[in-house]
Amino acid sequence: MKPMSTDAQTTPQSLTQRLANPTRFMELSGVILPWLSALAAGIILYGLYLTFFVAPPDYQQGETVKIMFIHVPSAWLGMMGYAMIAISSFGLLVFRHPLADVSAKAAAPIGAAFTLLALITGSLWGKPMWGTYWVWDARLTSVLILFFLYLGLMALRSSLDDEALAAKQTAVLGLAGVVILPIIKFSVDWWNTLHQPASVVKMGGPAIHPSILYPLIINAVGFSILFLALHMKGMRNEVLRRRVKALRMAEVEQAARGREASTAASG
Amino acid sequence: MDLGPHAAFIWASYGAVAFVLVVLLVWLIWDGRRQLRLLHELEQRGVRRRSGR
Repeated sequence: MKPMSTDAQTTPQSLTQRLANPTRFMELSGVILPWLSALAAGIILYGLYLTFFVAPPDYQQGETVKIMFIHVPSAWLGMMGYAMIAISSFGLLVFRHPLADVSAKAAAPIGAAFTLLALITGSLWGKPMWGTYWVWDARLTSVLILFFLYLGLMALRSSLDDEALAAKQTAVLGLAGVVILPIIKFSVDWWNTLHQPASVVKMGGPAIHPSILYPLIINAVGFSILFLALHMKGMRNEVLRRRVKALRMAEVEQAARGREASTAASG
Repeated sequence: MDLGPHAAFIWASYGAVAFVLVVLLVWLIWDGRRQLRLLHELEQRGVRRRSGR
């Protein structure tokens, strides 16, 4: 192995380099994760209290508006999970950040779970409100494609034994698939859809009464923090999995060296 | 608590969210514990990473 250059030994590490160190990440996340989890649980419980005991029925949807308090955050987080994968993929392909692939891999099942929840809760809202569980309109179909993209990313990664190759290939697919996010966001503007247009994040402010908007925002914040906590836990698991793999490789090497030494001694 | 004529759809939605999130949480905790146990077993056998020598 080539010795490290003097520059590499003496140059102080930048903040990004220090945060990129998996050992430092494990130390930091070990401290943050319990607090983040408790915060998520507290805000979600408060959101549930607002949902079931404070929020009034909507003048058109009635009590069915309560489904929106979990449907909208699930849909946002389904998209946020994919944005996280795309950013991590960029970080891997361009900057070779040591934790980028760990982040992308950990975000996939969590993003897929929230996308699935957006589809399920949307269907359960659609039946009483639209009279059908499903229509092939642009918003619903593009979210279904997002769900399949998540499944594709996970299937591609698990089909390749070479971890470095799997990381690169899923990063390329992850980056290419990011085009689905603006399609989902603007599908309700570009095409005639049964799904209503944007009513929270829109020009001119939200089109929702504060008594409904407030519980929605609280739930969105609680579920977002839960997403971050789940992602951090997933990343910690992945760092541990890679350490286990490295130790198994080291064990095989040690055993091979031991066999060589005993062969040389007996010969 | 009266959730009106569509109560079943509301409860089914919240039930689905609770079920999926609990499954995700249990899987993450189980996976973390499994990796820690495997790591501990390897270290008990005296296996060290090359950088750790």
